Amino acid sequence: METLPTLWFIIIAFFWTGYLFLEGFDLGVGMLMRGFARNNTERRVLLNTVGPVWDGNEVWLVTAGAATFAAFPDWYASLFSALYLPLVIVLLALIFRAVAFEYRGKMDSDRWRSVWDWAIVLGSFVAAFGVGAMLALTTTGLPLNENGDRVGGPFAWFNGYAVLGGLAVVFFCLVHAAAFLALKTDGDIRVRARKLLLRWLPVALLPLALWAIAVVVAGGKSVTYVTLLVAVLGAVFAWMMARRERDGWSFGGLGVFLLAGTATIFTAVFPNVLPSTIDSAYNLTVTSASSSDYTLGVMSVIAAFGIPAVLVYQGYTYWVFRKRVSASSIPAAHAVVPQ
Amino acid sequence: MEALEIARWQFGITTVYHFLMVPLTIGLGLVVAVMQTAWYRTGKDQYLRMTKFWGKLFLINFIMGVATGLVQEFQFGMAWSEYSRFVGDVFGAPLALESLLAFFVESIFLGLWIFGWGRLPKSIHLLSIWAASLATMGSAYFILAANSWMQHPVGVEMIDGRPVMVDIWAVLTNNTLLVAYPHTLFGAFSVAGGFLLGISWYHLWKRRRDGIDTVGADGKVIVGSRPAIGRDAADHKVWLRSLRIGAVVAMVSFGGVALTGDLQSKLMFEQQPMKMAAAEAACHDGTGFSILSVGDLGSNSCDDLVAVVELPGLLSFLANGDFTTEIRGINSLLPEYKEKFGTHLPDNPIYGERAGAEIDYVPVMEVTYWGFRMMITFGMLAAGAAMVALWIVRRGTVPESKWLMRLAVFGILAPFGANSAGWIFTEMGRQPFVVAPNPDPDGIDNVFMFTAAAVSPGVSLAELVFSLSAFALVYGVLLVVEVKLLFAYCRGGVPSAMPELLHEDKDDDGDEGRGKRKDDDDVLAFAY
Ligand code: HDD
Ligand code: HEM
Ligand code: HEM
Repeated sequence: METLPTLWFIIIAFFWTGYLFLEGFDLGVGMLMRGFARNNTERRVLLNTVGPVWDGNEVWLVTAGAATFAAFPDWYASLFSALYLPLVIVLLALIFRAVAFEYRGKMDSDRWRSVWDWAIVLGSFVAAFGVGAMLALTTTGLPLNENGDRVGGPFAWFNGYAVLGGLAVVFFCLVHAAAFLALKTDGDIRVRARKLLLRWLPVALLPLALWAIAVVVAGGKSVTYVTLLVAVLGAVFAWMMARRERDGWSFGGLGVFLLAGTATIFTAVFPNVLPSTIDSAYNLTVTSASSSDYTLGVMSVIAAFGIPAVLVYQGYTYWVFRKRVSASSIPAAHAVVPQ
Repeated sequence: MEALEIARWQFGITTVYHFLMVPLTIGLGLVVAVMQTAWYRTGKDQYLRMTKFWGKLFLINFIMGVATGLVQEFQFGMAWSEYSRFVGDVFGAPLALESLLAFFVESIFLGLWIFGWGRLPKSIHLLSIWAASLATMGSAYFILAANSWMQHPVGVEMIDGRPVMVDIWAVLTNNTLLVAYPHTLFGAFSVAGGFLLGISWYHLWKRRRDGIDTVGADGKVIVGSRPAIGRDAADHKVWLRSLRIGAVVAMVSFGGVALTGDLQSKLMFEQQPMKMAAAEAACHDGTGFSILSVGDLGSNSCDDLVAVVELPGLLSFLANGDFTTEIRGINSLLPEYKEKFGTHLPDNPIYGERAGAEIDYVPVMEVTYWGFRMMITFGMLAAGAAMVALWIVRRGTVPESKWLMRLAVFGILAPFGANSAGWIFTEMGRQPFVVAPNPDPDGIDNVFMFTAAAVSPGVSLAELVFSLSAFALVYGVLLVVEVKLLFAYCRGGVPSAMPELLHEDKDDDGDEGRGKRKDDDDVLAFAY
């Protein structure tokens, strides 16, 4: 086992986990923009809980992708070309969502707002589902030939794991967002967010747990049974705290669930990064897919400074914008002055 | 149609589109940071207004850069998997550095800036826009490091048929990069300059049309005021000052692109002689810079091409700094390329149906020839117009002419055109290589890749056709939306970014945004 490729496998797993943890709640908040939020003011409350931070959260995804390219070019190339169509859809969803966040409030018209609302809802849903499906497939495998290229046509990737992974992330985002809103809003929305969390938490975490169990059973490393147990305890804890209306603790419990859950999944599949369902000889592994030691070494030095720095200043933004947002703190919408 | 062609169209379209937003983001970001600094230091109302107004337009544009940048990050793996496998060891690193060191800073500090009005201490708030602006320039550095490596591979050794990085420093100080970077930055600033100039002109013109400002007998402006609609005397200052800043920026940047462009030509002459020859549609060796060549450029053949007007010696000057060096034309370069890199693509399955096909080493001359000229012409036009504009407004306002106003607004497009033309020329002039081989002394032998080998073997034509159509459609729609919003906010003027100007309780000394902490129930100073 080689040190640097392993280290980079851990770093990439870390970026994915960070992405799911951070963008998890803003994707979920996005999905709740219609249905849960009942009127324009409530929608603006939701939007402004994530307004200052969502773009920074999304960069975790960009970095996960770029770090994969740099550290494991073959993984990057095979995974993304095999999942060509679904990724196109995910990218379009992310495009609409990003633009909608910024543009929604820039015109004072109901039709304008409603179009962008739906862009946020659908964009968030599709992005969450797609990322989940992609992560599930990189852990359970794709039909790849010896060159690492997909065989069997544009839809050959589709299977139950894709659906399971997609649902896992969508449901996780929803409850994570409920916990987040309980923590970040006040008044009626907070009460409803708590109810949502309490009612749906046990069901919503099931798909992610099932996915973890599936890879643990297939991969069978003893340590993964421990992390799996931690994940389950995290979920139980989150639920108990939600019942006691301890919003911060239940949000933290969900974080533990996610961290332990993804740790379980990535550890169970290690050293594979992308198995081939055609022949295990074609599996991409941490060593077969990685860059040279020189490249990884350089990247490690930079990451050693870069990652802590990101954590510090991103933490700082959360601290600056720590206050709850409620209907009364939303300023009136104003029209772009024609003249 | 083949998958390869669609993949190229898709990359070209999405990248050129991304690069419509990018230069405005880079240029306007710096401008806004400077304006806010002026406000921070002087406390003058007009600088606050400038910061808010241009900042709003900056944000409307910025988000489109983010949205389209996401596609860039993933499409190397999606559509160019063989390319990614081949170059990953060296090419991925600058991309990862860009994310880790620039994108995080950009997005996080911009979030702080947008929502930080009135909540952060003024100095930290100012720091945020500077951090975001410097990070956009940082990201440009890293991505250009990646791109320059494709133009001029350095810092690698070939091991098992793939370039393996041995020297990151060489990659980050590639001489191609060191000139492309300032060139691109100046190009971006010229976009911002033209943008400021055109929009400010429109507002000065509108103040005259509406009879707010008039012109006295000495030709000097007599500034009027209509505070009820936010068009007071400070409003006049906002536009006049912005216009002057824009014009100066546009002129200085043109100087910048011309100087750095000259350096680029010299490198290109060493590193990619065929690109230089194609830029000139130069068939035979010679020294003249062609102003007009006629004949069938598209035929990529030298038989029926005649240079009609030539400036003797200029090409030689561009390439070598004197007037007498013979620059080698296509006819004398071709045999060399054929001998070195073969006349036919190898019989390797990687080339798909193209295996064994003849290689055409001459880039599409219509594009390289006109691309090069369009870049320079549009840039020159913008700089010249800026100079004239500066002179016209010397007495404090613009003429009443509607056509001049239209010209100024339309002129905003010129620097955008120059940037796109420059990139299209650079990228297409590199063909048929995606990683260009370099004959110069710093170049490393045999590090090259044909574009035909770079595309994803597993991705079908149908998938690419679908994605190209989907991206083109969505990008088209979003461009309309963005331009519509920019128009609306431009028309609205400063009050569209500062609605408080329309209310009675507006504070003239502009100390809004002071870092006092507010109570829990206080209304947010900014909310989506
Ligand atoms: C010369 C500068 C330059 C060039 C050549 C490119 N970009 Fe870009 N890019 C920027 C300069 C920039 C920027 C100015 O820094 C942007 C615009 C808006 C923003 O957020 O940053 C940006 C945004 C941006 C984003 C979104 C960042 C975010 O979410 O905040 C990504 C992922 C990329 N780019 C990736 C690319 C790739 C892979 C390119 C190569 C094909 C590319 N860009 C060309
Ligand atoms: C942002 C400015 C850029 C513009 C406007 C631009 C433009 C283009 C265009 C027009 C093409 C199509 C060329 C053809 O098909 O003949 C192309 C191809 C390509 N460019 Fe660029 N490019 C830019 C930056 C970059 C950067 C920064 C990179 C690498 C990091 C890059 C990598 C590529 C690749 C891989 C191709 C595909 C292969 C090909 O068809 O040549 N480009 N680009
Ligand atoms: C006298 C004026 C100019 C000269 C001599 C010049 C020269 C050049 C050359 C030789 C290249 C190709 C570099 C390569 O192949 O690697 C280039 C590329 C480019 N030019 Fe210019 N240019 C000029 C003006 C402009 C202007 C006015 C703009 C934009 C406002 C501009 C924007 C670009 C861009 C974006 C590229 C592609 C990126 C790069 O390689 O830097 N140029 N220019």
